[in-house]
Amino acid sequence: MKFIIAIIKPFKLDDVREALTGVGVSGMTVTEVKGFGRQKGQTEVYRGAEYTTNMVPKLKIEVACSSEVAAQAVEAIQTAAGTESIGDGKIFTLGLENAVRIRTGETGDTAI
Amino acid sequence: MRKFLTISAGLAVMAAAAPALAQEVAEVADPSANTAYILNTLLFLIGGFLVMWMAAGFAMLEAGLVRSKNVSMQCLKNIGLYSIAGIMFWVIGYSIAYPGFEGGYFGIADFPYAMQGVGEADVETGYSVASDWFFQMVFCATTASIVSGTVAERVKVIPFFIFVFVLTGFIYPVVVSWEWGAGWLDAMGFSDFAGSTLVHSTGGWAALAGALIVGPRLGRYVGGKITVMPGSSIPLATLGTFILWLGWFGFNGASQLAMGTISDISDVSRIFVNTNMAAAAGVVVAIILTQVLYKKIDVTLALNGALAGLVSITAEPLTPSVSQALLIGGIGGAIVVFAVPLLDKLKIDDVVGAIPVHLLAGIWGTLIVPFSNTEVPFLAQLTGVVAVGVFVMLTSSIIWYAIKFTIGVRPTEEQETLGMDISEVGVEAYPEFAKG
Repeated sequence: MKFIIAIIKPFKLDDVREALTGVGVSGMTVTEVKGFGRQKGQTEVYRGAEYTTNMVPKLKIEVACSSEVAAQAVEAIQTAAGTESIGDGKIFTLGLENAVRIRTGETGDTAI
Repeated sequence: MRKFLTISAGLAVMAAAAPALAQEVAEVADPSANTAYILNTLLFLIGGFLVMWMAAGFAMLEAGLVRSKNVSMQCLKNIGLYSIAGIMFWVIGYSIAYPGFEGGYFGIADFPYAMQGVGEADVETGYSVASDWFFQMVFCATTASIVSGTVAERVKVIPFFIFVFVLTGFIYPVVVSWEWGAGWLDAMGFSDFAGSTLVHSTGGWAALAGALIVGPRLGRYVGGKITVMPGSSIPLATLGTFILWLGWFGFNGASQLAMGTISDISDVSRIFVNTNMAAAAGVVVAIILTQVLYKKIDVTLALNGALAGLVSITAEPLTPSVSQALLIGGIGGAIVVFAVPLLDKLKIDDVVGAIPVHLLAGIWGTLIVPFSNTEVPFLAQLTGVVAVGVFVMLTSSIIWYAIKFTIGVRPTEEQETLGMDISEVGVEAYPEFAKG
């Protein structure tokens, strides 16, 4: 099993969700986050004083899936979240040891 | 009622021949003394509750412009100061403001103010004295509201209330007695229709003294750099500004002090128009200037622009033509756009911009009165501005220093960093949000 963490532009959420369900991913968790990467933030003026917004708002998506689906899922996210401009985000793939469905106690692939 | 409608319809027709209008008004019979008493009192009551509602405007404006960790505190200060002002103005404030002297510097009538009895009405005075007291009281509260915004986020609640206690019970009433209480400024021809100087500059000077003596918020000016601390809610700040704008029709309109004659109610209407136009011009000028200077329009300065326009027209909202009102308010808006960053350069931390809005636009509005009202001598206006400035700066500084060196005025660094919602109030305004 794999665990995929993707940081994406907030307005790309619906596209990414659609793409992921299209390749058979059946669930995801989304969090509002802030951070920075190559997109350093930008300079704004508030009441005549300049300041830099050095943390850019993003969404963090977490997906657990079987190893077979993982490559397709990563590709789906990359295609759906891309705008070909700086700040599109990153996708990280981690190995996943186990998963448990709380209601039934099922484990492994059947739990996700 | 029908009779009045007929008269106003007739006036509307006559308005086409504008020069003849004043003459025609004189020929219309004014209502009886009893009716005038009722109408005058109604003006005080309507104006009074509109100005009372400005306390809500200040509270929302300030709640929106402070960081989320100090919003509860700002709300508490605002409802507290409004209440303290009301009590103090009854206990002693009104008696100092209207001591019954002529040309004096300081006087005091019997206190606490003897409110009228049940069913009592002296038609000779032309209005209910309780309605007059109420109307005067809410102006006193406005003065205190101005201070809370400037020194927000770094003054503990009890020291703040002590300052308000003295401001509303002594400092503001003395200033009022000089002009509206028939004191020495009034005797020399000084004119301040609804209080550009008496209310707004007085609040502004007291705020400036506070900002200088209390110092800036922690980390605001470090190593020659300005740390921007954006407000927590632009919608609240906008709502607050609209509430203040609405309240100002009471502030300026009811300062006509009479609605019992055709000419009085007509003048109140003219004041409404000028008041609105000055605010509108203040906004438009702030929008244009921030776009030109910063390539983006600053909504908080547009809000301040409205208030600066309103303060500017408050010293004389009746005599200006519409275009003069636009000019007076527009320059008020410009003052704010240039003065806000200037205060930052001087390291004077004014959280909501009350010093540019109330003090500087108040001075501007007072000095420009002779432009539309040629009967007012400029020298008297200048004297009033300087005298109120010296008196309020001096007395406010004494009080701020006295508090600072006795019980202390600021929270500890730890408390200030944590936010006063937690350290002082114990109730967070937005408990589900991360700390700002």
